[in-house]
Amino acid sequence: MCLGIPGEIVSIEESGGQLRTAKVRFGGATRDVYLDLVPDAQVGDYVIVHVGFALSKIDADEAGNVFEMLKKLGGP
Amino acid sequence: MRYLDEYRDGDAARKLLDALTKAVTRPWAIMEVCGSQTHAFLKYGIDQMLPQQVTLIHGPGCPVCVTPAEIIDQAVALASRPDVILVSYGDMLRVPGSAKDLLSVKAEGGDVRMVYSSLDALRLARDYPDRKVVFFAIGFETTAPANAMAAVVAERESVDNFFMLTSHVLVPPALEVIASSPDNRVQGFLAPGHVCTVTGYVDYERLAHKYHMPIIVTGFEPLDLLQATYMLVEQLEAGRYEVENQYSRSVKREGNPQALAIMDEVFEVVDHGWRGIGVIPRSGLRLKGAYARFDATRAFELATAPAPESESVCIAGLVLQGIRKPIDCPAFGSDCTPEHCLGAPMVSSEGACAAYFHFARRGAAR
Repeated sequence: MCLGIPGEIVSIEESGGQLRTAKVRFGGATRDVYLDLVPDAQVGDYVIVHVGFALSKIDADEAGNVFEMLKKLGGP
Repeated sequence: MRYLDEYRDGDAARKLLDALTKAVTRPWAIMEVCGSQTHAFLKYGIDQMLPQQVTLIHGPGCPVCVTPAEIIDQAVALASRPDVILVSYGDMLRVPGSAKDLLSVKAEGGDVRMVYSSLDALRLARDYPDRKVVFFAIGFETTAPANAMAAVVAERESVDNFFMLTSHVLVPPALEVIASSPDNRVQGFLAPGHVCTVTGYVDYERLAHKYHMPIIVTGFEPLDLLQATYMLVEQLEAGRYEVENQYSRSVKREGNPQALAIMDEVFEVVDHGWRGIGVIPRSGLRLKGAYARFDATRAFELATAPAPESESVCIAGLVLQGIRKPIDCPAFGSDCTPEHCLGAPMVSSEGACAAYFHFARRGAAR
């Protein structure tokens, strides 16, 4: 139920104040996704999508934190 | 796929596991709260790679599993009415109520439909103006904003044949029940990353300090689970009890303000029953104010009688509280399978019993 999948916004459809939808690409598949919960999302952003709604914009700066920890641990 | 593949890297996983193994000096029992994380631990075999001293206790984070039988009975009663289309997320259809499940009602001719999104349910109401469309709206905080959105749009567009049968539950009150139990064995929590994407983790900071238990807000991929387990064990070994955010690529401390605002607009916090656990104070959400007219229990004057106690051998309630493992159940894999289940944790894609069944843990898992 709490499944959230990361995908890339490829286009946004402005529908005049109503629900704002986007085409979001997940690997090979593209789906319509509602953007109302992440109003500042733009084309090219990656979002976490849950039951058809984007819940968050993926923070690219934070996305590497595990790899920074691995460096400190003497990893790759 | 970006933001998935890099968190499944085997070499990086082994290095995290080495670091974790070096960090552990004593036995620790930790709970991964979310059922999706239980499934990921088992699917990738991480549960069997962890150092012997680290015991995983599976948490109640499966909304389908904790939906009370009496609410499923209400859904069954609604779905049996000829004027109703009962709309549900797919996971819910094979979960038994006290007498039967929604799929059986569908087989008997009831109009039961599965949707991917709450707004698909609303679309059905527009498409069938002569029918009453009831959306079985369940979920944790992750799903509540999406379900709230359906009520907002229905109100805005005056969709009068749309109703919601809700069973929305909240994670922090359930963690408080676990942490405050005299029998509690859990020493630290891996907190659910998508719930915290919506709510943030200020509430979890209060719990960590009150119960002296460290909490790591955790993602869902193998490296997320390993990094979070390492962070949690580091705190336990050091005697610290803070909230740290492993899943910072999605979670902010204050959560998602738009999502919180729409939940607050549509829902109020109420006491709520959890299947197998009982009523937990202020652990659920109910439609409020102008949105209460969409509440199916009011619109259809549904009976709210508690479901009769089951005489089944199923131990789902104990599994949901982390007291027993799925394989401790006498019915596991014999009388109870995903095709014909006695309890919801065997049928839900987030249920612990389903994870043990699908990933073949018939006694080997710790």
